[in-house]
Amino acid sequence: MTGPNTNRTLPVEATVAEDDIERDARALETVWGERPGFWSWLTTVDHKTLGKRLIVTAFLMFIAGGIEAALMRAQLSRPENSLIGPDRYNQLFTTHGTTMMFLFAVPIMTAMGLYFVPLMIGARSLAFPRLNAFGYWNFVVAVVFLYVSLFVNTGPDVGWFAYVPLSGPQYSPGHRVDVWAQVVTFTEISALCGAVNVIVTAFKMRAPGMTVNRIPIFVWAQLVVAFMIVFAMPAVATGSTLMLATDRAVSMHWFNPSEGGDALLWQHVFWFFGHPEVYIIFLPALGMITPIIETFCRRKVFGYTPIVMANITTAFFAFGLWVHHMFATPIPELGQSLFTAASILIAIPTGIQIFCWLATMWISRPQLTVPILFVLGFLFTFVNGGITGVMLASVAFDKQAHDTFFVVAHLHYVLLGGGVMPLFGAFYFWFPKMTGRKLSETLGKWHFWLFVIGVNVTFFPMHILGLEGMPRRVYTYLADTGWGPLNLVASIGAATIAISVLLFVINVIVTMRRPVNAGANPWNSSGLEWSVASPPPSYNFLYAPLVESRHPLWDISVDLPVLTGFRTDRREVLVTTTFSAQPDSRHEGPTPSIWPLYLALCMGVVFIGSIFSPWFVLGGVGLSVIGLAGWGWTGSKPSGHERVSTPAAMPERA
Amino acid sequence: MHSVFDPASPQARAVAHLWWWMFGVGAAVWLAVMAAMLLSLRRRRAVRGPDELMQPAPGMDSHIERVVKAATFVTVLILIGFLAFDFSIGRILAQQPVDPLTIELTGHQWWWEVQYANQDLSQRIVTANEMHVPVGQPVRFILRSRDVIHSFWMPNLTGKRDLIPGYQSTIWFQADTAGTYRGQCAEFCGLQHAKMALTIIAQPKAQYQLWYAAAVSAQTEPADSTLLYGQRIFMTSGCSVCHAISGTQAYSTVGPNLTHFKSRTLIASGTLPNTRENVARWVLNPQAIKPGTQMPPSPLSTDQLSALVTYLETLK
Amino acid sequence: MRNAFLILVAIACAGCEREERRLNQPSPPAPTQFVAQVPLQPGPTFVATATEAPFDDNAYGTSEGERLFSQMNCVGCHAHGGGSMGPALMDDQWIYGSDPSQIFASIAEGRANGMPAWKYRLTNEQIWQIVSYVRSLSALTPKGARPSRSDQMMVKPAPAQTPNAKPKRSGPPGGAGH
Repeated sequence: MTGPNTNRTLPVEATVAEDDIERDARALETVWGERPGFWSWLTTVDHKTLGKRLIVTAFLMFIAGGIEAALMRAQLSRPENSLIGPDRYNQLFTTHGTTMMFLFAVPIMTAMGLYFVPLMIGARSLAFPRLNAFGYWNFVVAVVFLYVSLFVNTGPDVGWFAYVPLSGPQYSPGHRVDVWAQVVTFTEISALCGAVNVIVTAFKMRAPGMTVNRIPIFVWAQLVVAFMIVFAMPAVATGSTLMLATDRAVSMHWFNPSEGGDALLWQHVFWFFGHPEVYIIFLPALGMITPIIETFCRRKVFGYTPIVMANITTAFFAFGLWVHHMFATPIPELGQSLFTAASILIAIPTGIQIFCWLATMWISRPQLTVPILFVLGFLFTFVNGGITGVMLASVAFDKQAHDTFFVVAHLHYVLLGGGVMPLFGAFYFWFPKMTGRKLSETLGKWHFWLFVIGVNVTFFPMHILGLEGMPRRVYTYLADTGWGPLNLVASIGAATIAISVLLFVINVIVTMRRPVNAGANPWNSSGLEWSVASPPPSYNFLYAPLVESRHPLWDISVDLPVLTGFRTDRREVLVTTTFSAQPDSRHEGPTPSIWPLYLALCMGVVFIGSIFSPWFVLGGVGLSVIGLAGWGWTGSKPSGHERVSTPAAMPERA
Repeated sequence: MHSVFDPASPQARAVAHLWWWMFGVGAAVWLAVMAAMLLSLRRRRAVRGPDELMQPAPGMDSHIERVVKAATFVTVLILIGFLAFDFSIGRILAQQPVDPLTIELTGHQWWWEVQYANQDLSQRIVTANEMHVPVGQPVRFILRSRDVIHSFWMPNLTGKRDLIPGYQSTIWFQADTAGTYRGQCAEFCGLQHAKMALTIIAQPKAQYQLWYAAAVSAQTEPADSTLLYGQRIFMTSGCSVCHAISGTQAYSTVGPNLTHFKSRTLIASGTLPNTRENVARWVLNPQAIKPGTQMPPSPLSTDQLSALVTYLETLK
Repeated sequence: MRNAFLILVAIACAGCEREERRLNQPSPPAPTQFVAQVPLQPGPTFVATATEAPFDDNAYGTSEGERLFSQMNCVGCHAHGGGSMGPALMDDQWIYGSDPSQIFASIAEGRANGMPAWKYRLTNEQIWQIVSYVRSLSALTPKGARPSRSDQMMVKPAPAQTPNAKPKRSGPPGGAGH
């Protein structure tokens, strides 16, 4: 139905007439579709466009971080190598860590959520499309700022964790550390915007009938992680944007022991964020594994409820572990023991998830497609990293292994094995949905084998190097330490990883030249995202699907019943109740706008300018006020939000 | 050499013991998971094979549920067992030493200041980067930092402890085997974090006492005119502005104390063996060996350098 | 458009120099032999040519100067710029001139009433670093390169937040210069 709709009830329809479908599709495409052109590119608020853009940008950061790693491995391949001096090396490992943690890992997991959560829950868009754009542009400011700074010799050089007093005003002169502090600010704003969007979308915009008990596990993982971001990110922002930046710029004494400050305060504030951060990277990857296993084992996953509860439990526990990064500091040992216990126990919920997946594979007939291969690679690599993590939970052992290459090995096993491998699997799995083409299986298998072998050849020797006395963050080492041979092996492994990633990039480029031929559901999978075209139309769903189970496309043998009656003259989305997903109201979504980009540039002025002068802060805030007004301007239009009542034909809450 | 696998103290031995148990159990768990994973593929179907969905079978599901619960239960048991084992090791390491030798270690960018504490000031030793300890007696370190966070780590002897400005922390161990042990700073501390090593030489008690008696003594005045010339160069060319030598007019505390310099095995915080050529190279241009170090190059002629190094060679 | 580009290039170049860590580089040379100790000259007034201090716009070099200022015990007489036995270094009175070459000479040659000669104790590079630090105390160097607060007790504002104290036409103590 078109025109101003005073209907308070939306009709349920089992089938919709072909003519109606065509007419509605054309009208919706007019309202939701993106115009071509540069201005449209700048002002888009489509979550799929922005999601793809964020994935591509974050992946470019993966490559940049990988180049930094390759340079580091080249320098360390021989003792007393003179390829890279200490100053440049310090900038390299700092930028590598900052890029990978802040500019690749969290943004790409967020991007997968921002792209897929609306599609998986049957929504037409995110709850706050303009906020999504604002988050993306802040991320771009962070990327540009860090890399321009690196190329003008102002790249940070104090480690991605920037411990004071080394990163404080006395021992880090100049503006290198200020760059780091503000990069963190922008990525934190970006992550918070994404998190708020995911939470509200997942709670309030699910398709009717998608009760809490039927939410896809991928969406559960993103939701849990969004809450973690909301609680963890403000800690690092307090530390870097507030405390470290003001210590350096205006002589605050947060970390100055001579004036009542405390160097350990930084470590607490940073790691209170830093430990949940790695779970923020890891949990979305776990959320990607379940749909892949379900699809290629042709079976619903064993243990939906345990997996969901394990995700939630892991998120809670993750906030109680941070002191295990500080076991070598003079903190009372009784306190340290608490964190040992928490760090050991967090293995249990993760273990439960792994047992559920193994159980699913055991009782079914898996197909070894590339996504499943990456799941197997995840098990092979991550379980190893998880076990060394439990070892590091021991205070006594950690005091030998802390700040050595043993930890470098552990962290890369869990991040590459537990984060990047499922992510690659997810790329192969969802690439047809995003682009309408399937990636090459052959190239994919080469990519997989080289990547898994490369990761293990690079990082396994580092366990031994660490226990043989090699500390982290060293630009070189003496020949008579005996660390040369294993370092050389690790460097060869790094080259292997580089080749495998190159193969993936080639695969993507070659595939994008093929015609769009994947169809809506090439894998015969069960989620709602597979019920729309590949790639999805700008409005995602023609009508609101009615959900009656956890696996909508598997449990219904005919087409999904849908809720119709939405307006097609404006961007209308359906808002449902939080737990039982009954229709609640219709809401007008925002149109494309330049204000998110403008406001992100204002944030740039405020925070980058704050390094140089407080006047930039004042000026930037003034400019921002204009942006906020422009963003929220509704003029004299009436509010686009009307309640609806539950249609009579709606199935009872299950 | 400097390895966790090569313990020389009861503290390091306890941790190595813990490590091997964790390694064994961890490897077994990993192998079990890999076996389950590979066996779960035994009924795999071809990628382009039949596509029909598997229907859940209630009997199979409840059976597998029992297996998953059992696996979880076993995991919890292993983890709690590990927790208990770890706490017991922690209790061992938490015992306080009886009648320890106390050494005060102060971290600088990028060297270690060592002081052997003693109520009797004439019995205090101030040295740098290298220290001797007696075998069989607990040695307690009081750790402070002059600038940024460093970390004291001797893998053969003990786990690490951070040196944090504004804090004073302690760590102790007891060397059971004589030998020379190497450690490195284990907390990133700036440009030359990579070349901030330290050496501990554990000696039987008698030899240690001999060393101590020699170390406490001041250097004697040189008699030879070449040596006097070398000493004068030391005093007037800027060396004495930063370095102290007990028994002479040089008493600055800015840089490492050079008393008994020749008795050290390594120089530049464990970077080079203590030979005549290395000392000359280092004095002429430390920046070429440790770029960023706080010691500047010396504008000495060949003769002056030679005399200076000859003098330093006498500081046994 | 072109101006914006030039401004961007200028900002970029500013960073390059400020952040440079010159490790293991040959030392900048000492200034030429003859520098005026006082600005009074017979005949036409001699305006000392401003020499470039090598580390004035280099943050790392200035911070090394701060380290040396403390390690060489300049604070013993000059305190942290406020002066005690020695004159204050953070005000606009410069007995022997505020030009970098004049400060270099004051440090290297020593001065009457207790300023030691450091020529044989410090290298030229180290003295240049101290010169830049001393000039930063009265904000004569670019703001971005001046040190911020130290990790010690706060006895003076950080040079990066100090207002510029432009040197008066200085003379001997007692203010007879013109």
